[in-house]
Amino acid sequence: MKNKHVNAIVIGAGAGGGVVAKELAVSGLSVVLFERGDWVTYDAHNDDELMSQRTHPFENPFGPDNKRHRRVFVGQNGNERIVLPFEYPFNNNAACVGSGTVSYGAMAWRFMEKDFLMKTSYGHVEGSTLEDWPITYQDLEPYYEKAEWEIGVSGDHTGNPFQSVRNMPYPMPPFAYNRDGQILYDAAKRIGLHPFPIPMLRNSVRYNGRPACYRMRTCVGFACPVNAKCGTHNTVIPIALQSGNCELRTNCQVAEVMINEKGLATGIKYFDENDNGHIQTADIVIISCAAVETARLLLNSKSRLFPEGAGNNNDWVGRNLQGHAYTGASGIFEDEIYDDVGPGACWAVGDFNHDNEGIVGGGVLCNSFFTPPYAFTRLRPPGAKQWGLEHKEFQRKNYKRISSVRGPFQEIPNFDARVTVDPEVKDHWGIPVARLSGQRHEYDRIGCQFMSDRAEEILREAGAITTWQAVGGRGLSGDQHQSGTARMGNDPKTSVTDKYGRVHDIDNLFVADGSLHVTNGGFNPVLTIMALGFYIGEYIAKNWNGGSFTSK
Amino acid sequence: MEVKRREFIRQLCFACGSISLIPACTSEISTWRFLTADEAKLIEAITEQIIPADQDAGATDARVVNFFDRQLIGYYTRHQETYRKGLQNIESSSLKIFHKNFVNLDWDQQTEFLETMETGELPEAEWEGNEQRSFFRMLLDHSMQAFYGSPRHGGNCGYVSYKMLKIDYPHVIGQNRYPSENGNTNLKAS
Repeated sequence: MKNKHVNAIVIGAGAGGGVVAKELAVSGLSVVLFERGDWVTYDAHNDDELMSQRTHPFENPFGPDNKRHRRVFVGQNGNERIVLPFEYPFNNNAACVGSGTVSYGAMAWRFMEKDFLMKTSYGHVEGSTLEDWPITYQDLEPYYEKAEWEIGVSGDHTGNPFQSVRNMPYPMPPFAYNRDGQILYDAAKRIGLHPFPIPMLRNSVRYNGRPACYRMRTCVGFACPVNAKCGTHNTVIPIALQSGNCELRTNCQVAEVMINEKGLATGIKYFDENDNGHIQTADIVIISCAAVETARLLLNSKSRLFPEGAGNNNDWVGRNLQGHAYTGASGIFEDEIYDDVGPGACWAVGDFNHDNEGIVGGGVLCNSFFTPPYAFTRLRPPGAKQWGLEHKEFQRKNYKRISSVRGPFQEIPNFDARVTVDPEVKDHWGIPVARLSGQRHEYDRIGCQFMSDRAEEILREAGAITTWQAVGGRGLSGDQHQSGTARMGNDPKTSVTDKYGRVHDIDNLFVADGSLHVTNGGFNPVLTIMALGFYIGEYIAKNWNGGSFTSK
Repeated sequence: MEVKRREFIRQLCFACGSISLIPACTSEISTWRFLTADEAKLIEAITEQIIPADQDAGATDARVVNFFDRQLIGYYTRHQETYRKGLQNIESSSLKIFHKNFVNLDWDQQTEFLETMETGELPEAEWEGNEQRSFFRMLLDHSMQAFYGSPRHGGNCGYVSYKMLKIDYPHVIGQNRYPSENGNTNLKAS
């Protein structure tokens, strides 16, 4: 059966796509929101550590599945191999309604002014594609606010003296610190830092018709049993559906965006859950598949005007793949510091995001989420026994005595960390798969070492008797914080989209996800992705004139 | 000290050469899903070394071997060959070095054997390339999953590891539902 023509197709029901679908649907556009995964619930995997987003030795609990999906990964030594979704080098995000926002740790960071002006702030960095964004923090500020209020953030808006100017407080009060959080918070204060409660996309009080968090130890990596964690699956997507203008089509794998002879997108080709091929036509197409799959889809959308893929006539699609190197330190305390008040992470310091001598950028440092028992078997100082009585004794003695301070270091983008499509390997539907290659800029190691040193100082001050560092490496990063592969910019020669996320030279094709990020901040990027969703959604809706899409 | 122990094993190995001393096979009928009865006993011995019983339950008490057996026809079906071959190699190496099956070695001999295997220093005849080290890593990792993961995958019977770590299960703040001293409980491992 032929699908009815609609105004807009949004591909990917995650942090970006969910928001755009809602913005368009409530503005009166008819929308089909495509998702390759399905709805997931807490009950499917409950609090099972081996079935969590962070630890998944069997398969990905939040998708995608091992049967139908694969990628090619080219290692730092140049060896390439096919990787399945549950393997680390796959660089998975998620594939379900809400995507990563179902199972994330839910830190709700705004980037800072300087994060949008990295080149202006730090100058050219050799071997990098470091650049300013075409929009500023001020441009995005109202949309950060929308994301905070519509999706729901708890926090203290006066907490971080380094944050950029904001107009409104958070809609919910911050969470109280747990025991290890309080000990480390006090230590950070003593050494002159400025710790404050982490803003969280998690209800601290009843909000938006959903209950407050009851602070389980299993939170990051799991769906929430009481729906207190705020994602797009329980906020904007239900609103889009309630509007009557949005249809959600789950279990659909999109193969390509069709581009006609006038250089306009006419719709998409996709496979439904029974592997039947379909076409859906629309006036506008928005791609929100996250950096790896968005790049793959653009590259697989070949046409006469764009023989190397949509928007790729200048070879920028898939370039500058970024994520975050996580870096920090851990420490063992004499007394038990664990009080089982989850999810663990509760304070942060913004002291090291910028203006560090000799460092380009920096990052936020936080006390870390609780480490569940199996993952804890590998949390050891260097040289510790990996098994036997000594290992077991360590588990028993120290499970409630260890805390870590960690954070994401702002990655310096480089042209060769990239997504291409593999010339040979195809997925279940015969669609060429993403091929990941390259590595982090060599500079990252210096910044990571700097941040790990700072983290260790806090732990020592707090009274940790043994401390050790885990310093971020140079391996390609493209997992849950993936970004950068469809960079926005004013010059079509050195970017993929304009400053509204519209693909250069294809007036009705947009990108709305982390792929747009010119740089990825020293923060978890999800709130920025949501804010971009509101910003782009509003732009499209405003320029929609009822029958066709015209934009200046 | 460790080096000396390993040297000891090497000398033993040299002294015994490749004399084959495989005892008569006394296989029982296996009630396991994938493992033979002998393989199950071998895994039990190895995993008890990895997570020994002390004042708290060890791998055997936690039915870690049940996790292996269940997952080898489940999520770890892809590792069947690795296990079949790897376990056989452990037996061959043990017989060659000690003239005994691994399960019949003294506790300390078993420890030495596994420490040697961990660093890839068992005699190489049975093992190709990096095989012994990677198989040891797999045994280690799967043991930890079995013992510290959710009971619904076949190990951690009775939530013994959570009890050891003193964390509540299920995760309801303020409620501890472990069996009380008199053994009453409303929870059973799946």
